[in-house]
Amino acid sequence: MKKLVALMLALTLGLSVFAFAGAEETITLKIAHIGPLTGAAAVYGVATSRGAKIAAEEISAAGGKYKVEIIDEDDTHDAEKAVYAYGDALDKGAQMIIGTTTTTPCIAVGAEAYNDRVFMLTPSASSTAVTADKDNVYQVCFTDPAQGAASAAYIAEKNLPTKVAVIYNNADAYSTGIYQTFVDKAQEVGLEIVSTTTFTDDTTDFSVQVADAKNNGAELVFLPIYYTPASQILLNASSIDYKPVFFGVDGMDGILSIEGFDTSLAEGVMLLTPFSADAQDELTKNFVAKYQELYNEIPNQFAADAYDGVYALVAAAEKAGVQEGDAPEAICDAMIAAMQEIEVTGVTGTMTWAANGEVSKTPTAVIIENGAYVGFNN
Amino acid sequence: MIFLSNLVNGLSLGSIYAIIALGYTMVYGIAKMLNFAHGDVIMVGAYIAFCALQYWGLPPVAALLAAMLLCTVLGITIEGLAYRPLRQATSLAVLITAIGMSYLLQNLALLIWGANPKSFPSVMIQLPTLSLFGDQLKISGVTMMTILANIAIMIVLTTFISRTKMGKAMRCVSEDRGAAELMGINVNRTISTTFAIGSALAAVAGILLCSAYPTLMPTTGSMPGIKAFTAAVFGGIGSIPGAMIGGILLGVIEILGKAYISTELGDAIVFAVLIIVLLFRPTGLLGKPIREKV
Repeated sequence: MKKLVALMLALTLGLSVFAFAGAEETITLKIAHIGPLTGAAAVYGVATSRGAKIAAEEISAAGGKYKVEIIDEDDTHDAEKAVYAYGDALDKGAQMIIGTTTTTPCIAVGAEAYNDRVFMLTPSASSTAVTADKDNVYQVCFTDPAQGAASAAYIAEKNLPTKVAVIYNNADAYSTGIYQTFVDKAQEVGLEIVSTTTFTDDTTDFSVQVADAKNNGAELVFLPIYYTPASQILLNASSIDYKPVFFGVDGMDGILSIEGFDTSLAEGVMLLTPFSADAQDELTKNFVAKYQELYNEIPNQFAADAYDGVYALVAAAEKAGVQEGDAPEAICDAMIAAMQEIEVTGVTGTMTWAANGEVSKTPTAVIIENGAYVGFNN
Repeated sequence: MIFLSNLVNGLSLGSIYAIIALGYTMVYGIAKMLNFAHGDVIMVGAYIAFCALQYWGLPPVAALLAAMLLCTVLGITIEGLAYRPLRQATSLAVLITAIGMSYLLQNLALLIWGANPKSFPSVMIQLPTLSLFGDQLKISGVTMMTILANIAIMIVLTTFISRTKMGKAMRCVSEDRGAAELMGINVNRTISTTFAIGSALAAVAGILLCSAYPTLMPTTGSMPGIKAFTAAVFGGIGSIPGAMIGGILLGVIEILGKAYISTELGDAIVFAVLIIVLLFRPTGLLGKPIREKV
């Protein structure tokens, strides 16, 4: 019996030495991507999943210290399912998380990850509630307040119309978050808000909201909302010959990929985004070309955020000295420290992170012309 | 003028509710069951029309007929598979089955057509927009078409139920199912026919709904379905003119409530009005009063 135990011990030791030796060469990082791959918000989750996978392939192919394996999980934009997806990812050996894509699930998963000490970098969940009181959650995208305030500042700075209407979803944390900071900043920079109307997730008819904006003489309509209701608002406006400037934020991204949507309705719509697919720098050109080759589609901002996010995670992992098979809770604190030190230049600009998890980078706007995003310069 | 344009918007929303409510009320009036899957048959009808136009390249009229035909088949199938075995069961069991059927249809649509919203093409209805008072008031072609369709369907249905043999059978089944069976009426076939007509109406409603509000998703039918059910109760469930009046009133109240009271409370106002109406007229505006035997 003793001999058997000794043999087993020796074997185990031998195996672990072998495993260690293997890890010295390339370390495989297991990163879980959690986002809505199906459901109403699938456009975002599919985009972040694709962006993350392209980055993972590039990093693995480059032959550096790390290889990246993406564990793809579907949360259907539902907080409860997102927590299950998170548990499933950890069971599959995930060491850190790129996700979740949308805000409400991200708040739920963030709370679990904070207790479990798992490092999270969300590509696109932009509410401050995502990072609030959680030292382990970081963002690639702007926060909602930053988006609202940046939109107001941008509108004023670029001499866009100053009589503004706002239509927002008051049942949604994302939408109300942007709305509030937009209003605060608008007063500061001298925009006049002439109409404020709301809707909820179940709303199908926007005639009242659009008519209110028109009757109050708004020349610019700010839409801090997702693209599905936005498409209905654009149709309503065109049916009463109302042609203001429509200005959206990152939720508007995706409006051109609705099947059967008459893209001429979106002509002239502007949206604030740090990523523009027609930018001429090498990084963007390479990313857009790869994305088009694989998925036959122009990548949106969500794909770009996830792409940059995976690069940022690998940069932080390198700084933190993450090893093969490290448990997520063992590397969390080192990742947090590393995240604040790194500077990553990606397709959404050059990013650094503050201790509260917020990113700093420069916003720009794009305008839709002939069914495609074009950089806006005025 | 702003009031008038709000009224027109209310009318266009209400006419959509009304056309959905017609299907609810007809099935309830005859089969005495709430077919909660009605809203989802509407969604399926809209998807079929979408496929017919976008993928199969059919002209609008053929798309309409294809949607009506396939929805009729779907309606008969649902009735035969899910509701017929429960003919003798309590009404609660049938109600739960209908809710289950609603989820089944939504999830099947999710599997077949995916989750990404589709935008329903505007080619279905070619009526031009009517401009009044020098362009200040606009009534869209879809709204006019929906109202015309409502009136036409109401007249056809009422005539069908009061004049034809099948209509007579339907009234008998509605009044007393047991007695109708004893008199030699084929109850199963009568109820199947009711479902067939209700589902064909659902296809028309789906196309009109998505022509006005083009976002097409697997959940597209559920909220309008619930509102239309409310409209049917409001107008007096089982009454065909009641469904139409209830639907239009509901749409107008919703839009005026949003426009003049609060956009946030729009739905709350609608349901508050429903409660008030039901307090004073428990069977709805045009519902038959229930006589209680003492």
